Amino acid sequence: MTEMPILSFVIWLPIVGGLLVLADSQRENSNPRPLALAFAMVTFLVSLLLYSGFDTTTAEMQFQEKGSWISAFNVYYHLGVDGISVPLIILTTFTTVLVVLAGWEVIKNKPAQYLAAFLIMEGLMNGVFAALDAVLFYVFWEGMLIPMFLIIGIWGGPQRVYATIKFFLYTFLGSVFMLVALIYMYTQSGSFAILDFHVLKLGLTEQILIFLAFLLAFAVKVPMWPVHTWLPDAHVEAPTGGSVVLAAIMLKIGGYGFLRFSLPITPDASSHLDWLIILMSLVAVVYIGFVALVQQDMKKLIAYSSIAHMGFVTLGFFLVFTLMENNGSTAGAQMGIEGGMVQMVSHGFISAALFLCVGVLYDRMHSRQIADYGGVVNTMPVFGGLMVFFAMANSGLPGTSGFVGEFLVVLASFKANVWFAFLAATTLILGAAYSLWLVKRVVFGDIGNHNVAKLQDINNRELVILGSLAFVVLLFGIWPAPLVEVMQASIENLVAHVAISKL
Amino acid sequence: MTLDPGQFVLLMPEIFVLTMACVILVVDLFLSKKERVISYWLTQITVVIAAVLTIAVSNGETELLFFGTFIADPMAAALKVFIYIVVGLAFLYSRHYLALRGLFKGEFYVLGLFAMLGTMVLVSAHSLLTVYLGLELLSLSLYALVAFNRDTYSCSEAAMKYFVLGALSSGMLLYGMSILYGLTGTLDIDLMGQILAQQETHVGLVFAVSFIVVGVSFKLGAVPFHMWLPDVYQGAPTPVTLYISSASKIAAFAMVMRLLVESVGSLQPQWEGMLIVLAVLSLAIGNVVAIAQTNLKRMLAYSTISHIGFLLLGVLSGTQAGYAAAMFYVITYALMAAGAFGMIILLSRAGFEADEISDFKGLNQRNSWFALMMLILMFSMAGVPPTVGFYAKLSVLQAVINVDMVWLAAVAVFFAVIGAFYYIRLVKVMYFDDAEDKEPLEPHFDLRFGLTANGLAVLLLGLFPGSLMALCHQVMS
Repeated sequence: MTEMPILSFVIWLPIVGGLLVLADSQRENSNPRPLALAFAMVTFLVSLLLYSGFDTTTAEMQFQEKGSWISAFNVYYHLGVDGISVPLIILTTFTTVLVVLAGWEVIKNKPAQYLAAFLIMEGLMNGVFAALDAVLFYVFWEGMLIPMFLIIGIWGGPQRVYATIKFFLYTFLGSVFMLVALIYMYTQSGSFAILDFHVLKLGLTEQILIFLAFLLAFAVKVPMWPVHTWLPDAHVEAPTGGSVVLAAIMLKIGGYGFLRFSLPITPDASSHLDWLIILMSLVAVVYIGFVALVQQDMKKLIAYSSIAHMGFVTLGFFLVFTLMENNGSTAGAQMGIEGGMVQMVSHGFISAALFLCVGVLYDRMHSRQIADYGGVVNTMPVFGGLMVFFAMANSGLPGTSGFVGEFLVVLASFKANVWFAFLAATTLILGAAYSLWLVKRVVFGDIGNHNVAKLQDINNRELVILGSLAFVVLLFGIWPAPLVEVMQASIENLVAHVAISKL
Repeated sequence: MTLDPGQFVLLMPEIFVLTMACVILVVDLFLSKKERVISYWLTQITVVIAAVLTIAVSNGETELLFFGTFIADPMAAALKVFIYIVVGLAFLYSRHYLALRGLFKGEFYVLGLFAMLGTMVLVSAHSLLTVYLGLELLSLSLYALVAFNRDTYSCSEAAMKYFVLGALSSGMLLYGMSILYGLTGTLDIDLMGQILAQQETHVGLVFAVSFIVVGVSFKLGAVPFHMWLPDVYQGAPTPVTLYISSASKIAAFAMVMRLLVESVGSLQPQWEGMLIVLAVLSLAIGNVVAIAQTNLKRMLAYSTISHIGFLLLGVLSGTQAGYAAAMFYVITYALMAAGAFGMIILLSRAGFEADEISDFKGLNQRNSWFALMMLILMFSMAGVPPTVGFYAKLSVLQAVINVDMVWLAAVAVFFAVIGAFYYIRLVKVMYFDDAEDKEPLEPHFDLRFGLTANGLAVLLLGLFPGSLMALCHQVMS
């Protein structure tokens, strides 16, 4: 505990940075961009210390910080990370750097407020991943809504007000019932510590109610079918940076919630109701995959593809019970969860990249309609190549990170039930279909119209953004070991934990 | 029984406020229009000194004064201090508002001080008579204040409604009190509580409790006794609305504590059911009807009704934690309401009230700092962390869940989500719409200072709610 409080740094540094950017904007002729970039970069570098200093042999919470916060309710400022949260924190800090860069020239309306909102978002999201106290978690979780509400509402597209209010109310509705569940567990255990909730004995009915409350909160965030309808609206109307943060990180918070709350706190209810989640996930994979196929709007297409990919994540998480039943032991049962985690991180990179690609096109043409493009590769060869690469990664091409997660989940579902595997594997066809068809219509072919003919290829700034994403997508595709190693111990511990009934 | 002169020491704040109110009334007679600001400053100084006196004489112990009619306990001291704060804010915000409308008169401050004295008496009441005395002193001053802009139609109408319905509710309350007196033979709150605890519950007692609940609900504005609230809020001058929604709500909470909890506390199973109905109805009607409002003062009136629903949830749980939660709720609500009405005052000009929701359009373009303050206040009212409104809801929900009424908590959060809609709609208007009103916003220094402090207090209490929460728990145990 004598070391540097790294977790507090990655939470508060961007928040302070955001406030400084706001304060600085009061000056005349101030340029908020370098300052915001500096804070985002430093936070990213600090968050790398979490990786380098991380002990992969233990599932214990690391880098813990604890101080009393609200003594009347036994609430502590308690932070800590394990192998599940570290990759997500680094994903957050990395993505924020890209978002700041992506808005560099494009955002002309109140740039300081825009950048500040993203920096504050970053801090709050890191807080969600690092909080070990339920109230602290909830504060970060809900606090996130405020900057996102403003980001979509101020810098979004024409339907932004409808989209942002829908987004806010949907997610707010989802989370308040989780709050009731958290308070209920406090009255049972006398503590708000998440790790105490993990070992709290609960009856089956209680567990099912708590599980459903959590499900509502996390399913809305993920989002799972049928509560996914806010996402396409929010994505389409959000500015590029907003879409990137939504897709790359906010959706992962739902998945993280399942791993940190639902599975360990209510293992028996999860095992009872795993069919429900598996069903919802498979519907998301198959049905939403078809829906993505018919989209006319590029951002909507990617948004639906995100829902389908997140269906893979939840599918992987909740296969664990069937796997344990089939194997008779916990050995091998972690494959689904591991696949889901890898898929989350990889989808974070790929969806961010695809939204940034759309952003690049949108900045030039001010249209997201697929029909307005065609033959972009002729005028933007470098960009065309990158976009094709990311589309391939999105459809799970071996050698990209998209493949690793999907492969692990399909393999796990094959071991669980052939039919699950069959339905899940349709994504390999559907995902390829909508991704490649998108690329065919936008990038390839003859030059669609005279606007496309006038397009300029990406500049260095955009090349850096997309290039760095391409690098990590390839890196984790070819060599996923560093990612898997970090989470190994924690996932094994999680599986061992959920295998023990609380009844 | 003799009267110990030492008792007067504990009564110093009340004596001082009464004296100063009379002094200001007289002094004001000799002031010319230009010197009227002296009355204002004397009033503010009175509030500050009253706060100092209250803190100085409170010793953390419970003492009964004047043959048990008056009580000085930690809860009373704490509530009084917060009353001073919101009354001080109300006066601060009112100054330029009144001056612009030709209403900057000494009577406003004198009546305001008398109303404050009424709340102080109510907070410290330990006999049914003292309760009634404080209540009427508060109410009568407020009736006059509501009608302060007497030449306008809406003010007079609001005052009339307030008076008639207020008198009716006082009648109900008195009726309940008289039955209680008849059944127990005492007006002393503690003694009554002891006598009732030994008695079997019978229909006469329940009858009396019903009337007390009705009377209290009228003052709080709980559904179905809320009819006066939107009209009065809309019709009254904004600083008076601020006063009613903040200081008088704190006093009404004290009245609930003294009447329902301390005197007829043994009938908690009886009034718990009534309060559940009132609370759920308030949450439902307040939140749903607020959505339909276009006038901000009216919307905030309905939002008050829904907040009263939450407050009642804390009270009806019947535990120390529940009372502490309700106290935390009412204090933080008073702060938020003061800020929200303060914002309406900030945007108003001579001949322009700025009380329509559309008047807030594009506030972020006109003045991003105050848009931020209003954003904090609105998210706090909606109960979104990291603002203090979240912890108020958290502690109330915790109290309710603790007595195994999880369903009630689920109902409450469900309506909180509906409520969030109209709060964020105001944020939408401020941040996403373009300004129609191009008039530059240059508020006076005191308004700027007050509102900044008010908004930041809501945020800072949200980041560090521990000490206020500990205080509420401490005074309730």
